[in-house]
Amino acid sequence: MHHKHEVERKAEAGEVSPLWSGPGEGLIVPGYRRDHEKVDPPGDFPAYRGTISRHPKRPLVPIPDMLTEVTGPLLGEDRVGESDFDLTVVGTGGEAQGQKMVLHGRVIDGDGRPLRNTLVEIWQANAAGRYWHAWDNHPAPLDPHFEGVGRCMTDDEGRYRFITIRPGSYPWGNHFNAWRPAHIHFSLFGRAFAQRLVTQMYFPGDPMFDHDPIFNSVREPEGRARLIAAFDWEATSPEWALGYRFDIVLRGRESTPFEEVRS
Amino acid sequence: MSGVTPEGALPPTPSQTVGPYFSFGLEWEDGPFAVPEGTPGAIRLEGRLFDGLGNPIPDGLIETWQADPDGRFAHPDDPRGAVAWDGFRGFARSPVDDEGRWSILTLKPGPVPGPRGSVQAPHVAVSVLARGVLVRLATRIYFGDEEEANAADPVLAGLRGGEAERRTLIAAPVEGGYRLDIRLQGPDETVFFAI
Repeated sequence: MHHKHEVERKAEAGEVSPLWSGPGEGLIVPGYRRDHEKVDPPGDFPAYRGTISRHPKRPLVPIPDMLTEVTGPLLGEDRVGESDFDLTVVGTGGEAQGQKMVLHGRVIDGDGRPLRNTLVEIWQANAAGRYWHAWDNHPAPLDPHFEGVGRCMTDDEGRYRFITIRPGSYPWGNHFNAWRPAHIHFSLFGRAFAQRLVTQMYFPGDPMFDHDPIFNSVREPEGRARLIAAFDWEATSPEWALGYRFDIVLRGRESTPFEEVRS
Repeated sequence: MSGVTPEGALPPTPSQTVGPYFSFGLEWEDGPFAVPEGTPGAIRLEGRLFDGLGNPIPDGLIETWQADPDGRFAHPDDPRGAVAWDGFRGFARSPVDDEGRWSILTLKPGPVPGPRGSVQAPHVAVSVLARGVLVRLATRIYFGDEEEANAADPVLAGLRGGEAERRTLIAAPVEGGYRLDIRLQGPDETVFFAI
């Protein structure tokens, strides 16, 4: 059974580009599923005030994935220093303040395939909830031994691993008495421009969840749950660090148009 | 079927904003350089990033991805076969300054095959990340001196808003390169794509 993509229907109705009007001559590349549209936050989410003047008011124009979208930067090991996975070791060798954690997980696509050798970048506040950034004026102490930047490449199973400290909550000016739940920022490339993902990882049971519009901009509870790391007893190391696991799923691939027509 | 995860498949991890404090984490010294400085034929691609009030955005990040001058991608999913163009990364990442200015150094891409025998005009795919942007915004930059190719480009031709929308995607030739401002909102709002 051939389920038509919504935009294919629109193309036949003349509502969008004839690019979508069905199989034909030329280079056909299998695109990525658009199921992220259902889980991602809306651009316009006024409870998070920053979105008000920064979301496009016109609807996004759907285009099929073409060569530009199904390819992407395959950044190599040269982006990553040997100790970049360990955020608790900075410069002169002093130790970061705070509760150490081993943060690990897998980067896979929606069909469970590991994303191998893909760059994972993270950044975060320190244990007191302060960022290594000139604009952060929260009067919590900076830690000279913690910058809060990490990078690594996934292995052949899509696994990544960081050593870091648990970040603190911090106040922000969004509304009265606004505090962000503790979080770690993640940036991922996957293997295609279409798979690019920037997100935030949270900790189980954070009391700030109900009060945070950024977390709650993800409308489905199942979606929010996928942003929360799991405590990992196995990864916890005696007398040293707590383990947390955070798996990341990037968009899976669509079957090719030919396969869809055949099946 | 748009937006539906097939049975047995995993729904993607949702997107969240890059926030205001990403610069120490995401800025690379060589970020803005898709080619090293001094590369013959290199062009500067630059512009400013604005919000809906017309104010420059000081806490944003522009990322670009593109074909090489032959219109090829150094990537195994290019069915024509991956070809590397010496010293060319295809990807650049530019922070914005306090005035919203971004700038990258790259090579002008060649035309790229599109669906159904069409040819896409030379273009650069762009991701806009910023505080207040919950999901990466995807747009494209085309080149003002490629009038013929632009007229035949299937993406530009498909824009319902005609010339007013097209011109938000076409960079003007300037000395040493091209220039285009990106506006997240307002009367000249940039066209953003659902990909």
